[in-house]
Amino acid sequence: MTQMDLQPAHGPKASSDADRPVIEMRDISITFGSVQALSEVSLRLRAGEVHALMGENGAGKSTLIKALTGVYSIDAGTVLVDGEQHEFSSPAASQAAGISTVYQEVNLLPNLTVAENMLLGREPRRFGGINVRAMNRRARATLESLGIDVDPTSELGEHPIAIQQLVAIARAVDVEARVLILDEPTSSLDTDEVAKLFEVMRRLRDQGVAIVFVSHFLDQVYEIADRMTILRNGRLVTERMVAETTQLELVKLMIGRELEVLERLDRKVSARTADESGVPVLRAVGVGRKGALEATDLDLYEGEVIGLAGLLGSGRTELARLLFGADSTDTGEVVIRSERRRLRSPRHAIDRKVAFSSEDRKAEGVIGDLTVADNMLLALQASRGWLRPIPQATRTKLVEQYLQALDIRPADPTALMRNLSGGNQQKVLLARWLITEPEVLILDEPTRGIDIGAKAQIQAKVAELSAQGMAVVFISAELEEVLRLSDRLVVMRDRRKIDERPNNDVTVGDVLEIIAGETREEEGPRA
Amino acid sequence: MSTATVPVDSLWDRVKGYSPPPRYLPVLATLGLLVGMFAIGGVRYEGFSDPQVLLSLLIDNAFLIVLAVGMTFVILTGGIDLSVGSVVALSTMIAAKTLELGWPPYLSMAAVLATGTLLGLLMGLLIHYFDIQPFIATLAGLFLARGLTFLISIESISISDPTFTKLAFKTVTFGDYYLRWTAIIALATVAIAAYVLARTRFGRTVYAIGGNESSAMLMGLRVAFTKVGVYVISGFCASLGGLLFSFYILSGNSLHAVGTELDAIAAVVIGGTLLTGGRGYVVGSLLGVMVLGMIKTLISFDGTLSSYWIRIITGALLLAFVIVQRFATRRSS
Amino acid sequence: MPETQTGLQRALRHPLVWPVLALVVLLVVNVVAKPGFFDIRMQDGHLYGNLIDIVRNSAPVLLVALGMTLVIATRGIDLSVGAIAAISAAIACTRIVGAGDEGALTTAVMACTYALAVCIVLGAWNGFLVSVLGIQPIIATLVLMVAGRGISMAITDGQITTVHNTWFSDLATGYVLTLPIAFIIALGILALTAVLTRRTALGMLIEAVGINPEASRLAGVRSRTIIWTVYAFSGFCAGIAGLVIAANTNSVNANSLGLWIELDAILAVVIGGTSLAGGRFSLTGTLIGALFIATLARTVNNIGIPSELNYLFKAVVVIAVCLLQSPKARSAFRVRRSSGPGSPGSTAPALVKTGSAA
Repeated sequence: MTQMDLQPAHGPKASSDADRPVIEMRDISITFGSVQALSEVSLRLRAGEVHALMGENGAGKSTLIKALTGVYSIDAGTVLVDGEQHEFSSPAASQAAGISTVYQEVNLLPNLTVAENMLLGREPRRFGGINVRAMNRRARATLESLGIDVDPTSELGEHPIAIQQLVAIARAVDVEARVLILDEPTSSLDTDEVAKLFEVMRRLRDQGVAIVFVSHFLDQVYEIADRMTILRNGRLVTERMVAETTQLELVKLMIGRELEVLERLDRKVSARTADESGVPVLRAVGVGRKGALEATDLDLYEGEVIGLAGLLGSGRTELARLLFGADSTDTGEVVIRSERRRLRSPRHAIDRKVAFSSEDRKAEGVIGDLTVADNMLLALQASRGWLRPIPQATRTKLVEQYLQALDIRPADPTALMRNLSGGNQQKVLLARWLITEPEVLILDEPTRGIDIGAKAQIQAKVAELSAQGMAVVFISAELEEVLRLSDRLVVMRDRRKIDERPNNDVTVGDVLEIIAGETREEEGPRA
Repeated sequence: MSTATVPVDSLWDRVKGYSPPPRYLPVLATLGLLVGMFAIGGVRYEGFSDPQVLLSLLIDNAFLIVLAVGMTFVILTGGIDLSVGSVVALSTMIAAKTLELGWPPYLSMAAVLATGTLLGLLMGLLIHYFDIQPFIATLAGLFLARGLTFLISIESISISDPTFTKLAFKTVTFGDYYLRWTAIIALATVAIAAYVLARTRFGRTVYAIGGNESSAMLMGLRVAFTKVGVYVISGFCASLGGLLFSFYILSGNSLHAVGTELDAIAAVVIGGTLLTGGRGYVVGSLLGVMVLGMIKTLISFDGTLSSYWIRIITGALLLAFVIVQRFATRRSS
Repeated sequence: MPETQTGLQRALRHPLVWPVLALVVLLVVNVVAKPGFFDIRMQDGHLYGNLIDIVRNSAPVLLVALGMTLVIATRGIDLSVGAIAAISAAIACTRIVGAGDEGALTTAVMACTYALAVCIVLGAWNGFLVSVLGIQPIIATLVLMVAGRGISMAITDGQITTVHNTWFSDLATGYVLTLPIAFIIALGILALTAVLTRRTALGMLIEAVGINPEASRLAGVRSRTIIWTVYAFSGFCAGIAGLVIAANTNSVNANSLGLWIELDAILAVVIGGTSLAGGRFSLTGTLIGALFIATLARTVNNIGIPSELNYLFKAVVVIAVCLLQSPKARSAFRVRRSSGPGSPGSTAPALVKTGSAA
């Protein structure tokens, strides 16, 4: 059953029988409504390997995993288990085939004991009731075999997230899993905890389990993974051995497009150099938060655009949120116009003329059941307080002005926000902040998932605003876009700032190299 | 960095150093409260320290104990059942009416239990399969049960069936002290419920749903069955409580047990069960009912305080427990 | 489906269609049972008749439901309104009885003002528990629901307090411009609420907090103030309702006054189309809901059923309204309908894939 002719060109050479995958997903396609989430993607998992699944936001990693675990149904393609075709119509069917999943947010029960969390649903019984002793004994044995030192009778919630993560793995292993999927298991762990996790993963691999590892941390992937499958925009890019791929190559494969094409793109001629003798509009001094961002400095001057470049999970979003007070800082402080203070809530930042548009438009931006006009005026109204409504004439004027300026369609102030397309929603959110006349504008992925036209309009608006003197922090997964707009570039990786430089003739290739960590010191970071 | 000395714990050291697992603290707090109240009463009022006072608490509150047991199941899943008071009234009415019609007493009891269980089942199905908030679904149950009670009879009907009266007054004596059968049934309910919650997969799934319903689903537990099941149990307990209440009061009346659902909820919360679900013990609910009963007893022994203080003190206790719970969960999360 | 909608189709989409229709059906049932149901007589310059009784009787529930509407719009609930109504009535009555001149207008005004001030404080207390301590609304207001009647009894010392003050009784039984004062007060508070929410930005901010609390926080909305305000307002409304109820009997029975009014109020809000999940609210809908409940009570009487059976009908209404609002129930019914021969069950796969593609 080795039909290699169906494999993409980059795929590995024909495998021997011993190399036959435990699970093979072949040409999987999934659509949601009109959106093609996965298009002819293949994934081959072999026993005793750690297989990294790599890709940026929207590459299709989660969709592929959910197809494998039976959460989503497949529109086209086949799933082979030991060479035999299977259909995973439900999570139970997938589990029955030996596939276990541990999700990023630990899906266990903090109010029950460790042993119960591991064995509930298949606990040993006696006289119709649960045999607690036998259950604890079995849990202890499994934990010991994995080298996890936890008392099975203790309550799960008492333990740190890292231990809970390991317990989740122990539960997954106890079902005699042949395939273990770890979806971003390290995103909230510190270095020691990651080491512990990897130790357990290695043990399992040596026992012959195939492990799917999803992580945004390149170093971790290189430390633990044997092989990787790279996805982009719902398509398979390639499958590679980790040892044979440099980090730079990997980043290029993930971000995509040929470099030459990128270089030819129209972009800003040269960066304006900000007047650094003046006072920064906004300064971050050692701003950090446990599990999100190491202490980071950043100065932002009037009329400049800072581009935050970095992969998903690099700390770019976390930094933006801390600058706005959307999350509270553990260390450091944000100084706005020489006024030092800890930002305790977005309110404080807004009062000091900072604006922030979140990357999660739906959950953190759009008020779906309110009208376009209300959505636009929300921030201004919130800062005026409920007792001072915006006069009707001003309302109409502002709304009309921005409907036109940003070319929002339908240009109907009474339309419900949830009925607008993503691009138009994003424009309304931009208008929401522009109406407050901010001095600092932080935009986290303002162009994600919207059509080309709207994207160009938003980019033009950002350039125009900075020309008028607004300080902008611009975050995007698309490096071309960041380079095109920004005067200064800050590169993030593994939750810290690794580079900062003026955007003078910086190419996408340069940035990729910085991210991949190959020329980190040579170019001489500015700070 | 000195040489490691092996500490030798004496028994006393171990006893001194023993601290109960945090999950038992709320129940222990309630127990402490109960003991404290009993001690204060014993010191201040003559005849209060008689153990029969405690036994009478059990006898007088037997039906409430059973209600609180059912409510504990529901609250542990993060739900609520507002219908129990009305179901108690409906139960007394069904018992009284069927007996008046000449049904055999045991058939009458079966009819009561079947009705309550069926009502619970209906509410559970509404809640789980139509995603209707427990609050609203059981509100419908409250209206429905009360309405059915009035439908059967608007007038009060007294119960004079010999089996019922015999059961009502049947006692078990321990030396100088006695318990009625109703109290023993209530205690048995507590014991069975405690076993089910602690030692069966159903019981652990109840806790699992309260901890995190979607996790429980992902772990492959029978969420739908269990979620409907707790309302069935609550309905059954409410009708059993109704039977005990009809033994106690020997009449069926549409106005019985108005607002009893609040007492049951209060008892469960004071017993240390988290209203958001996932944490608590039926033994705590038993103690919660005892605390509520003890407040009444204290006030009646005192004689100078009016009965409305019962509600005010109950409210204050509720507030204290809710605030403490809030901060306890905030710290751990 | 054709692209253009007829006027009828658009009208059927309006959220108030169902409540209004239900109300009309009830009225029709009444007219069928008693053809003279709509008759209104003029006597001593007052209007009398079933409709007048209905609007008068709907006043307390409407008052409570107005505050409840705003609370529910913020994703909250206020169970304590019945208890607050009892406290309000108890304070007003004991102060009137204890005043030097029991029958004077100033006595009544002072007593009512004092009672309402206390109610606002009680409402603010609920708001404090919910917004500052972060306790779930249902639990936070349960505290006052349990303790409130005890407090009310403590104020009246457990007695049924009877008052003799014509000004006070006019609150419930008086007439102005041929209409019952109670209903005029309720309409007045309705107008006040409408102005408060729609002429200021309060309504928009309440809805924003109810629809998407996180987005509202990031937009700088001070949800704490908003929540505090709506609970205080709910307390105020409940207080007025308590006064009207007490004025109706010229007495206060702390045990039974306003018993279960919280449930009726929630029912009125839900019938009016405001979702218990928070968000958009409709004050007109609440008005219709309150009228519906009052009409239902009247109907039960009118067609010769003992009024106690009203509970049964309320249960049916609660279930029907919830099923109409429940997305799950709706889709269940829709799938059944669309799986008919006309359109093969095209919605079924869409149900499976509700997750996002990311």
